[in-house]
Amino acid sequence: MTWDDMLPLLLESTGQTVGMVLWSTLFTLILGLPLGVALVATDRGGLFPSPVLNRVLGLVVNVGRSLPFIILMIAVIPLTRLIVGTTIGATASVVPLTLGAAPFFARLVETALREVGRDKVQAAQAMGAGRPTIVAKVLLPEAMPGLVAGLTVTVVALISYSAMAGAIGGGGLGDLAIRYGYHRFETTLMIVTVVVLVVVVQLVQTLGDAVARRLARN
Amino acid sequence: MIEVSGLRKVYQDRGREVVALGGVDLRVRKGEIFGVLGQSGAGKSTLLRCVNLLERPTAGTVAVAGQDLTALGEKDLRAARRRIGMIHQHFALLSSRTVAGNVAFPLEVMKVGKAERTRRVAELLELVGLADKAGAHPGQLSGGQKQRVGIARALAGNPAVLLSDEATSALDPGTTQSILALLKRLNRELGLTILLITHEMSVVKAICDSAAIMRDGLIQESGTIPELIARPGSRLTAELFPLPEPEPGTVTITFTGQADEPVVSQMVRKFDVDVNILGGALEEVAGVSAGRLRLRLTGDERAAALTYLADRGLLVQEA
Repeated sequence: MTWDDMLPLLLESTGQTVGMVLWSTLFTLILGLPLGVALVATDRGGLFPSPVLNRVLGLVVNVGRSLPFIILMIAVIPLTRLIVGTTIGATASVVPLTLGAAPFFARLVETALREVGRDKVQAAQAMGAGRPTIVAKVLLPEAMPGLVAGLTVTVVALISYSAMAGAIGGGGLGDLAIRYGYHRFETTLMIVTVVVLVVVVQLVQTLGDAVARRLARN
Repeated sequence: MIEVSGLRKVYQDRGREVVALGGVDLRVRKGEIFGVLGQSGAGKSTLLRCVNLLERPTAGTVAVAGQDLTALGEKDLRAARRRIGMIHQHFALLSSRTVAGNVAFPLEVMKVGKAERTRRVAELLELVGLADKAGAHPGQLSGGQKQRVGIARALAGNPAVLLSDEATSALDPGTTQSILALLKRLNRELGLTILLITHEMSVVKAICDSAAIMRDGLIQESGTIPELIARPGSRLTAELFPLPEPEPGTVTITFTGQADEPVVSQMVRKFDVDVNILGGALEEVAGVSAGRLRLRLTGDERAAALTYLADRGLLVQEA
């Protein structure tokens, strides 16, 4: 294959990967952030202590995290069909990607929130702040450097998952590497794909680190 | 201003009961600075956190400004807490906000409008001497400056009462003095009632009008500083004026305010006794000078001389 053959393929696949990762990151945030907050809030001594709910949420998160992504991806095919209408392509892979990353991110959110000093929460309570105010104005802003770091790790994991989604026809760089690099022995393309993935992950990590550092400096 | 009665707090720790407060009564009068002194684990922190119900007592009642807090529902309690300021040992400032943002936080909670908030924040920062640090982040401040922000934040809601949880324990001695001076000034200028807990006698000595000593979840003694000093066997007095264990035959006299009167020399002139001073300590406490003297008195008129001292208002204890 010449560069002229590879370039359009690479551009299209990179675009698909970026799209998949962006959308699944968005949905991971929407699902994982409240889940992480709930894990902390329902814990003993939390803002809304509820041992039963806490255990149920913990179980859901653990089940989600204990399934290897490649298994999860296949297991949720009926759900994907229900939501997206198809099980093939970049859009369809957003469903398993989100379901795989959300519990992972929720645990990272939980850890970040636990780092916020109890005295800050109590100071807010002593001021007469209600619980939603404490979550919105104390817990989340104070945990922001940790949340950004957690999101960075999650995005990197999503990039890796998205390559796996390629294995069952999800599209993107993983799909490209399997179809051309593995099935057709296009070693050059394989190497280029790897380089692109490394560069993308580097960019994400550097950006995430910079934002987290900037927030933590204050 | 603060009335605590029959306060009990029992924790469950792995099926075991831990009594943090074993029935505490406390009365803090309007406009005074009341210090609760005790070692860590004495229950003073629990006591303080029961006053604004950060911890719900197992039994007993807490009334602040005539309002029984233990009877309030969650919404009313939140409203009541806005009239009770609190400062913390480790300041508890939000690192995600600037100094001005931290002081504005309680005002946001109270739903004060933006213009009014800005005006009030400037006023509060001026009051604690940090007007030039409004845009700084807590991480850029010294410990003393952080506590000043904490104080400004605590005063945002114009509280009648300020609770201080070891507010100077994390500070160096010089900074401690400046924070205590600030608290004293706020007490005088704003008529702010302050309930503070501390393990440092120097804090009580510097600014308190009244004090209580706590141990094992109980108040051992409580009263105004002059009352406590005049009370026989007071632990506060013993800690303020450390003297060695009295030997048999010695006399310990404790006095408040009469330090400028030459009572001892008058006694010697009036009665046929010899006086040997074994030890003594003199301190300025709550604005009055007070002290203890350990004497050995010998002579025929020893009993009459001691009666004379007692009649002059001194506390006389024979070992």
